Parts: sequence; structure tokens; C-alpha cells
Amino acid sequence: MSGPGDERPLLGVRGLVKRYGAQVGCLDVGFDLWPGEVLGIVGESGSGKTTVLDCLSGRVTADGGQVVYVNGAGVGVDMVGLDESARRRLLRSEWGVVHQNARDGLRMGVSAGANVGERLMALGARHYGRVRGQAFDWLGRVEIGQDRIDDLPETFSGGMLQRLQIARNLVTAPRLVLMDEPTGGLDVSVQARLLDLLRGLVEDLGLSAVIVTHDLAVARLLAHRLLVMRGGEIVEAGLTDQVLDDPQHPYAQLLVSSVLHP
Amino acid sequence: MSEPALEIHGLGKAFTLHVQGGVTLPVLRDVRLAVHPGDCVVLADPSGAGKSTLLRAVYGNYLAQAGRILVRHRERVVDMVGAPPRLVLDVRRHTIGYVSQFLRVIPRVPTDQVVAGTLRARGMAAAEALDRARAVLTRLGIPDRLWPLSPVTFSGGEQQRVNVARVFVADYPILLLDEPTASLDAASRLAVVDLIGEARRRGAAVLGTVHDAQVRNEVATRVQTLAGTEAA
Repeated sequence: MSGPGDERPLLGVRGLVKRYGAQVGCLDVGFDLWPGEVLGIVGESGSGKTTVLDCLSGRVTADGGQVVYVNGAGVGVDMVGLDESARRRLLRSEWGVVHQNARDGLRMGVSAGANVGERLMALGARHYGRVRGQAFDWLGRVEIGQDRIDDLPETFSGGMLQRLQIARNLVTAPRLVLMDEPTGGLDVSVQARLLDLLRGLVEDLGLSAVIVTHDLAVARLLAHRLLVMRGGEIVEAGLTDQVLDDPQHPYAQLLVSSVLHP
Repeated sequence: MSEPALEIHGLGKAFTLHVQGGVTLPVLRDVRLAVHPGDCVVLADPSGAGKSTLLRAVYGNYLAQAGRILVRHRERVVDMVGAPPRLVLDVRRHTIGYVSQFLRVIPRVPTDQVVAGTLRARGMAAAEALDRARAVLTRLGIPDRLWPLSPVTFSGGEQQRVNVARVFVADYPILLLDEPTASLDAASRLAVVDLIGEARRRGAAVLGTVHDAQVRNEVATRVQTLAGTEAA
């Protein structure tokens, strides 16, 4: 993350609203995401964290508000209301989306190597040897045995599937990565390994990321800044350790005081 | 005399505990303090007076409600009270190093990499950062057989030394030290005292709490209370 004053936000979110019938998904959500910054969104189940993430990527269409993304050419694009083909092209070329359930982000019927190589091919890579070489390299970076390149994901453990999904997303060097509970459902030891990996990748690649998690310890170790959500609204925002060590809002205090080792 | 590196005016901090019936605990009231380059100011108040709270407020870890915390950062003066998170992070990367009483690290990351991380975050090349990290770990008596291990499993004294190492590996202009020698043996204590002395001589402004009277006498250029009165 570089210093203040030399750049503009990568993502500017204003007044984001999503309703599911009478239910509020999210209400008047706004924030900026800066280049190289990792933003954590925390809150209990049903607080609207995932809705916000889905509205950012356009997976869910927001009812109102703006999600202005400054693309690689320096042009601001509002993701809300962007037509489907343009949205897909952007997601493929400049964004990565890591789902909580790795199976949602992988193609289970093709090999690990193909899962990683596919995104490169979608961006126009045609040289088979080079694509395979990059897939090979990325399996190593996410600590999957490179002898597993031709194996189907079905044969992988939960932690390996999650790492494969991350490799599939990062191989194309996205500018922005959205992650929904990336360590959810994994054993603690596997979580630690994934955290270490994610932190290293974020630093080495200068990634910007939005990470949704209910795990405050994960948020502390990965995020520069936190948003605390409740009932679809942001109730507190600030520097990660400040929000966790000196929360101001009653709900943020309750959330932090309810965990054993934040 | 040179301009202060750190200047605190009228600082106030209270905690409102919403989970416990909305009780408000005033901790800091009208704190004023200045630390110049080369100074080592040690706070001499008793436990519970708010010394750690003050250090955390300066580091941007706690939010102050009143006053100003003026920090000389990149050739200008910034106020940490109300500073946006991005600015606080930049100040932490380049200007203020903070030795806390707790070590928080990602499990699995080797000790030498944890210490080198401070320099890597400033853009130093990996190999040079690692060399410097190992040099400061050596000075603090962390043997090389421990370098490839995560400090998570270390003893309290070893963790404390890793905490010291990852701050002193860089030449921060301002150092906040919260009991940096607590739980250290005599040899390690001496190493920390030396590091503080060297930092002062290169012009660092040091603010800290040191319970141990002998260490305090060795490092402090001024001992004072939060209320501003000079102590012995």
C-alpha cells in the first residue's frame, strides 16, 4: 500500500441499497477502497456482508446506489447497471472472486491445471506450453503438489480446493479480489496456512481486496481496515486494530467482547 | 532546541462500555507532553493510570475524544487524532514504531520473516531485510535455530524480544515502548537498553513506560507523569 495523496480510490461505493422483498439486504452502504488496500467486512450472519460483496461484483443487482470501479485504463465504470457482457468481461480480466464454497468457483469436471489455465485462455492465451507452465507455477505458489496438476479437484481436500480456487483467480493478476469467508469451513491448521498464503500474495502482488468474514482473528491478520455491519448497515468503520481494540458502537463492542481471542 | 517529534496537547480519552450498562471510564484528561529527537521520556504513573492508553492513542490504536497528537511525519506535521486510517498506516510504516506487550503474528511465518516484514513493508529488498532482521535477532539473543520457527510457540521472554526486534530493525524517528524489558532476563535487558540508547543517539524520540527502576534510570532523559509533573 503506498502513501496517501498520490492516487484515487480503486473502488468508490455510495448509497448501495438492496432489498429482498420486505427484507433489507443492505442499506446506504458506502466506502472507498484504495489501491493495495485490504478491506474486511465483519458482522454476524444475516448482517448483509455477503449481499454487499455480491452487489459489488454485480452477481446481485443493487436496487440503488453506485459502485464506481476505476478500470485498468483509468476510466470509472459504474458496476450497478453495467450490461452483462461488459460485466463478465471485467470480472474475467480485472477482478477475481473467491467463493466461500470452493466448488462454486471451480470447474469440478476438469483437472486442477485446467482450472488455473482456463482463466488465462479466456483472456486470449493460446500457447499450451506457456499456459501449462503458468498453471504449474501457480499450483506451487499455493502449495499444491505440482504432481497433482492433472488430477481432478474431486480428489482434493477442502483446504486444497480453496487454494486451487485462489490460484485460479490470481493467475490472471487481477487488480481487485473479492473473497467471501475464504477460510470458512477449514480446520484451524489449514486456515493458518491459507492466511499466511493470502497475506503473502496480497503483499507481493499489491492486490486490493474486499474480504467478508465472521472471524475477527482472520480480519485482524488480513485487513487494513474494517467495516462492521449489522442489519444491512455499516455501524462502524475504521482501522482494523482500532475497531477491534477500541470499538465505539454498542454492536461493535458486543461483537468484539463475544469472541474468545479476537 | 529542535522541534519536537511528538507533541500532545489537551488529550482526553474515555471508554464508554455499552455492553456493561453504558458505564463511562475517563482515563486520560488534558494530557500534555512533548518529546524531542534524542529524548527518552518515561512515564512514571502507577499501574492503571493510563500510560498504555496514551501510547495506544499516539499509535492510532485507540481513538482519543479531545486534544491533539502532533507527529512529525515525512517533513510535515500530522494530527493522529481524527487522522484517516490510510494516513495512520503510513505513519506506522515510516514514522512510529510501537513495542506492545503482546505479539500478534500470522501462525507459521518464521521469526526472521516476521522481523524482516517491518522493512519489507517499507519496500526494502527481501534479502537485505532478512540480513538486518537476523542481525537484530542475534543482538537480542534469539539463536539462529529459532529463526525458521514461528514465534507463536516461543516463551514469553522470547516473544517479547521478537516484538522489540521487529521495531528496532528499522530506524523509526519515534518509538513508543510499553514495558519493553518486562519478562526479560538480565542479558536481554541490557541488549534492549543498548538499542534504546543507540536509537536516541541517532535522533529518535522515545516515549515509554518502564517499571524496572534500574532500566528506567539507564534509558530515561526525563521521567514525568501524565499530568505533566517532572518526577525524579
